[in-house]
Amino acid sequence: MLLPVPLQNLINALSRLPGIGPKTASRLTFYLLHASDDLPNDLAEALLALKSGTAYCPICFNITAAGREMCEICESRDRSNGVVCVVEEPMDVLALERTGGFAGRYHVLQGALSPIEGISPEDLRIRELIERVRAGGIQEIILATNPSMEGDATAMYLRQQLLPLGVRVTRLARGLPVGGDLEYADQSTLLRALAGRQDMN
Amino acid sequence: MRAEAVVLRHTDWGEADRLLWLFTRELGKVRAIAKGVRKPRSRKAGHLEPFTRVGLMLAHGRDLLIVTQAEAVDAYLPLRDNLVRLGYALYVVELLDRFTYEEGENSSIYRLLVDTLSRISTEETAALAVRYFEIRLLDLVGFRPQLFTCVGCGAVIRAEDQFFSAEHGGVLCPSCGPRHAGARPISMATLKYLRHFQRSNYTDAQRAHLTGTLDRELEAIMQYYVTYILERGLNTPAFLRRVRADEMRSRGNESEETAP
Repeated sequence: MLLPVPLQNLINALSRLPGIGPKTASRLTFYLLHASDDLPNDLAEALLALKSGTAYCPICFNITAAGREMCEICESRDRSNGVVCVVEEPMDVLALERTGGFAGRYHVLQGALSPIEGISPEDLRIRELIERVRAGGIQEIILATNPSMEGDATAMYLRQQLLPLGVRVTRLARGLPVGGDLEYADQSTLLRALAGRQDMN
Repeated sequence: MRAEAVVLRHTDWGEADRLLWLFTRELGKVRAIAKGVRKPRSRKAGHLEPFTRVGLMLAHGRDLLIVTQAEAVDAYLPLRDNLVRLGYALYVVELLDRFTYEEGENSSIYRLLVDTLSRISTEETAALAVRYFEIRLLDLVGFRPQLFTCVGCGAVIRAEDQFFSAEHGGVLCPSCGPRHAGARPISMATLKYLRHFQRSNYTDAQRAHLTGTLDRELEAIMQYYVTYILERGLNTPAFLRRVRADEMRSRGNESEETAP
């Protein structure tokens, strides 16, 4: 190899990242080589802390800082315990939190059912959700899985599992996106938008 | 290029794109990129969900096809509101996906797929349509099982319980059956259904009244046969069994509650 081993190692490691090919990897590597001392060090520290400094919240399974008993949302006293919003990924919690319109707790499934890919209910945090509901104090479960085939399958499966426990199960409404165009809406969305129309008075 | 297709499955691709596995009427199975469909305001997203029948405009990208327009022909909406129907549809799609390669046009498979999906979404019991699909698909991809003469000795199969061997791709008569390791017993009733399905069109096949136990035996035999051919198990049957069991249980509860 023409390149010194440390350089080649970094290029190999970077090119394993999604969306980064060998060319981009070498460019980034040489940039880091010539960059001021802080950047490579900061990056190295951040990378090391990424795994060791994070953990899953034992209640909602969102990502949280390691060593905490539970995540900030589960800990907060200002939030209602009676409503739990079920989402697929931690990023979905962020999206919902940005709206500021929800003041209940979350439950992160860490994925969605995908029978073809072989992702079954055991691979998700479904058992933990059911245990949370069984423990009592929850009146409503909001299913906020993605409006896709996998998300819908997950929602239907959860509904089947949760209804016998006597909890109210709701699903996020589906309709036309802001700035959308009626002409391009698909049947499924339009039908649901029509079924869920609201009075304007 | 204009095409009509059924979306088999998809995976996320890059920032906001999806890679789709399509079964097209014109080109057989192909992969295509749908750009930007993970953004909420995408015009194509809702038309490109798995097992939607969709009219497409495709363009050649650098190495994959790119979806430029999409308009759903039939979204098979009833499939999406019922876990059991969804499970059957997923099974059909997985089976088709495993049995076909990107090998060019096959309009009879396309026809069969489209018909089967609409049968699953509209008919009372999806099971019959799915069993019919299995037999027909095996025919179309060249794995038609031999059901009329013994694959061991060539004798014509008589009306009695027989054996079925996946390895030899057909029925074994009672005298050959026990000599072949791995051959499974098959009841005369089940064999009759398989033969009937193999010879009939769907309207005739529908006249067969499929009972629960027969369906289970047919399912088990087909599972055994396709697993052997594909050399590995399918993912969806486990899901299907689970949701079916759950539905039975919840139905059982309801009838208990309504009983006086």
